[in-house]
Amino acid sequence: MSAETRNYTLKVWRQSGSSAKGEIKTYEMKNVSVGASFLEMFDQLNEQLLANGEDPVAFDHDCREGICGMCSMYINGRPHGPDTGITTCQLHMRTFPDGETIYVEPWRAKPFPVIKDLTVDRGAFDRIIQAGGYVSVNTGNAQDANEILIPKAIADEAMDAAACIGCGACVAACKNASAMLFVSAKVSQLAVLPQGKSESSRRAQNMLAQMDSEGFGACTNTGACSSECPKEISLTHIARLNREYLRNRFTLNDVEEFQPIKKPDYLDFGV
Amino acid sequence: MKLDSKIPAGPLAEKWTKHKFGIKLVNPANKRKYDIIVVGTGLAGGAAAASFAELGYNVKAFCFQDSPRRAHSIAAQGGINAAKNYPNDGDSIYRLFYDTIKGGDYRAREGNVHRLAEVSNNIIDQCAAQGVPFAREYGGTLANRSFGGALVSRTFYARGQTGQQLLLGAYSALSRQISKGKVKMYTRTEMLDVVMVDGKAQGIVTRNLITGKIESHSAHAVVLGTGGYSNVFYLSTNAMASNATAAWRAHRKGALFANPCYTQIHPTCIPAHGTHQSKLTLMSESLRNDGRVWVPRKPGDTRKPNDIPENERYYYLEEKYPTFGNLVPRDVASRNAKYVCDDGLGVGVTKRAVYLDFRDAIKRDSKRVVAERYGNLFDMYYRITDDDPYEVPMMIYPAPHYTMGGLWVDYNLMTNIPGLYAIGEANFSDHGANRLGASALMQGLADGYFVIPYTIGDYLTGTSYDIPSTDHPEFKKAENECKARLQKLIESKGTRTPDEIHIELGKVMMDKCGMSRNAEGLDYARKKIQELQHEFKTNLKVVGGTEELNVTLEKANRLADFLELAELMVVDARDREESCGGHFREEHQTDEGEARRDDENYTYAAAWEYNHKGADPILHKEDLIFENVKLTQRSYK
Ligand SMILES: Cc1cc2nc3c(=O)[nH]c(=O)nc-3n(C[C@H](O)[C@H](O)[C@H](O)COP(=O)(O)OP(=O)(O)OC[C@H]3O[C@@H](n4cnc5c(N)ncnc54)[C@H](O)[C@@H]3O)c2cc1C
Ligand code: SF4
Ligand code: FES
Repeated sequence: MSAETRNYTLKVWRQSGSSAKGEIKTYEMKNVSVGASFLEMFDQLNEQLLANGEDPVAFDHDCREGICGMCSMYINGRPHGPDTGITTCQLHMRTFPDGETIYVEPWRAKPFPVIKDLTVDRGAFDRIIQAGGYVSVNTGNAQDANEILIPKAIADEAMDAAACIGCGACVAACKNASAMLFVSAKVSQLAVLPQGKSESSRRAQNMLAQMDSEGFGACTNTGACSSECPKEISLTHIARLNREYLRNRFTLNDVEEFQPIKKPDYLDFGV
Repeated sequence: MKLDSKIPAGPLAEKWTKHKFGIKLVNPANKRKYDIIVVGTGLAGGAAAASFAELGYNVKAFCFQDSPRRAHSIAAQGGINAAKNYPNDGDSIYRLFYDTIKGGDYRAREGNVHRLAEVSNNIIDQCAAQGVPFAREYGGTLANRSFGGALVSRTFYARGQTGQQLLLGAYSALSRQISKGKVKMYTRTEMLDVVMVDGKAQGIVTRNLITGKIESHSAHAVVLGTGGYSNVFYLSTNAMASNATAAWRAHRKGALFANPCYTQIHPTCIPAHGTHQSKLTLMSESLRNDGRVWVPRKPGDTRKPNDIPENERYYYLEEKYPTFGNLVPRDVASRNAKYVCDDGLGVGVTKRAVYLDFRDAIKRDSKRVVAERYGNLFDMYYRITDDDPYEVPMMIYPAPHYTMGGLWVDYNLMTNIPGLYAIGEANFSDHGANRLGASALMQGLADGYFVIPYTIGDYLTGTSYDIPSTDHPEFKKAENECKARLQKLIESKGTRTPDEIHIELGKVMMDKCGMSRNAEGLDYARKKIQELQHEFKTNLKVVGGTEELNVTLEKANRLADFLELAELMVVDARDREESCGGHFREEHQTDEGEARRDDENYTYAAAWEYNHKGADPILHKEDLIFENVKLTQRSYK
């Protein structure tokens, strides 16, 4: 916790709206405390812009402790920046040497259209969950929680998968813009738990159908998703997802025709 | 105004059951004729919206994040309480009730708190059924730990991410209802006002945060699950955008705001590192089990902590509280950290920090054992501060964390405005003057899954199926007011940014209306806040337009409400001439420096009415009646 400061040159993607043409703009940052987080440096930039009467950079963020999944910056060619196992908000300026030039861009993927500057629309992830990322149980119908025994190892495995924060870095990292890691994390969590097992195959089928309909690409097993994932979600979940998917194809014939969920017309984000 | 809490008569343990039985039921076929607006999709709002939809109501839900999965509830780490008594250590509904009442320093309603304890068990069952991966024992049963000074192990958890997992459970239930078309989910949409027609809440005005479009929505009832107001302090452990606008706007429309001065300041947070600090990070309180809190005895001592010899270290908690030592309750620990820093003994760059030292624990138990217990927390600390707590003491400082105050609600969770409800942290109901650890998640889910789905029926059965359309003059009037308000903000061409003013507000609040308060300081704070309100009106700087994504405008609009709420907090704190829970008035302490309640004069909830004439707010008192527990004074010496 020192008072040391550094200077940087920032190259930031600016785009006034979804249909506007974007460009990289250059900003000089002086006296950035090494203890500041990456987003605090952006706060500093924005106060600076505001003081000059310029439009601050729009970027998503909220919890600033790596759990809400909102922050999403593509820094020097990597989602969430150079460190591994952390989100943008957990990245600190001491990682960047004095005088460095830092490039900051939004997630780039067709299903995540840019709304403004570094803010993208990740509504497609919500719709994938709506397609089946749940256990079909109503409030008030539950039995005593200890009636279903779940060995610790299984609970831990479910928790590993459930740690996904829905940030979308996996998509941004993937050359195909595939959402397989995200989908597999949810399918896997619910597939290993007895509560979610009975719907597991249909869940996989429907979530993947939704993923395709949103325009995410196919998985070609390059593994970039997992290595850039701030929660280090493992590729083994993709293998489990594939199993659940196949199991469904060959053993279930009661699957109703799945209708992809459309982006609701009552939500207008201009994208 | 007569405040009717509508607590049912009869024995404590039968109140809720009897009340539920007495509630008028809506015929299942008629439920689809009712529309409900739920603002906020955190634990409370998300659970409520999903449960309403399952029952057959039509729901419109709103949140300002890009997805309901990102509500601030996601950040809760520690766990959620329930009276399951799985460890067979003597827990019961009554004990959870008793601990919560006592923990709240006897400033909550017995009836509400007992209900909370009763439904706590259903919450665990419900969440487990949804697939929440609670921690388990090897045999497969649910694991428990003890938390926040309770003598029983009743806290359920999912690693250090309990809030995340519970929220994702509610989010999945909500998503299921969205896919069925029963919930319309408006993300990136902020509620700007409540709309009242003929004295009843009939809808809201919202702003689409991307396009800036102002819209109205009408419904039979409006439920606010919009969270707490800790960000009035600017620096807090809350998420950046957490704000009080929904509750404050409801307050301005006539909803009473209760106990605004009851705030919780958590002792173990990572201190601010400098001027560009944006928020504070909480670290688990469990650290105090093995860490020793100290500061140098000599003011302004610049030596490295490890160079300061034992006899020049002031272990102030151990010296002042020999029995409890470093494990004194949250408020006592926080207050004493403030005192030593006020005395010039603080450490770190800002001198607002104290040491939390693991040297002796490592010496006693070995580094390996300490790492097993706190490894994750040490890593997190290291990542943020670049200091290695195995080698040098951690630095900590208290941070605003939770607000017990909120919109006044009756037993049905309805505010004094017919048709307007408040749930979760947004209401004032269950924690009195201080909240126990792991009880906020419990309350949010209790309200959302198990209370409001029943109690709302009681109101709806008495209302007509017809609702005013959004063309009604009251909607148009409210829309125009919102537009005018934003327009005025956008035209502010002064020199101070919203953040600058907010930071200043936060400093005053933390200093004068934080861990320790006195009449003089509160009077000063009120004057200072009024100056800041004036500064805001005359010297604010906002750029851009209203019909676009404009973060500065959002901040300014939220700050306007924080500035008014801050004044009410100070008024409430000034008015309550006693110390209780998180509200410590220096004038009211025992000889040992402990909080001294005044049960004779202050056993009431202070419910404030907004005064549109610009004069002081109007106080309404709801007397708290204790039929089951005996009020006692606490001591930690
Ligand atoms: C760091 C941290 C750790 C914690 N740990 C614990 C713990 O271990 N155990 C525990 O019991 N409690 C804990 N708490 C407290 C607990 O997390 C919160 O009190 C609780 O989650 C609040 O839930 P809520 O549903 O009331 O509100 P929130 O989760 O804050 O949700 C508010 C919702 O309202 C929406 N909203 C607000 N205003 C508007 C508006 N004007 N228009 C539209 N939408 C709006 C937001 O978008 C959001 O969806 C912790 C709190 C913090 C800060
Ligand atoms: S899998 Fe990882 S990268 Fe992808 S959304 Fe989840 S947390 Fe983010
Ligand atoms: S801001 Fe929440 S994860 Fe980064």
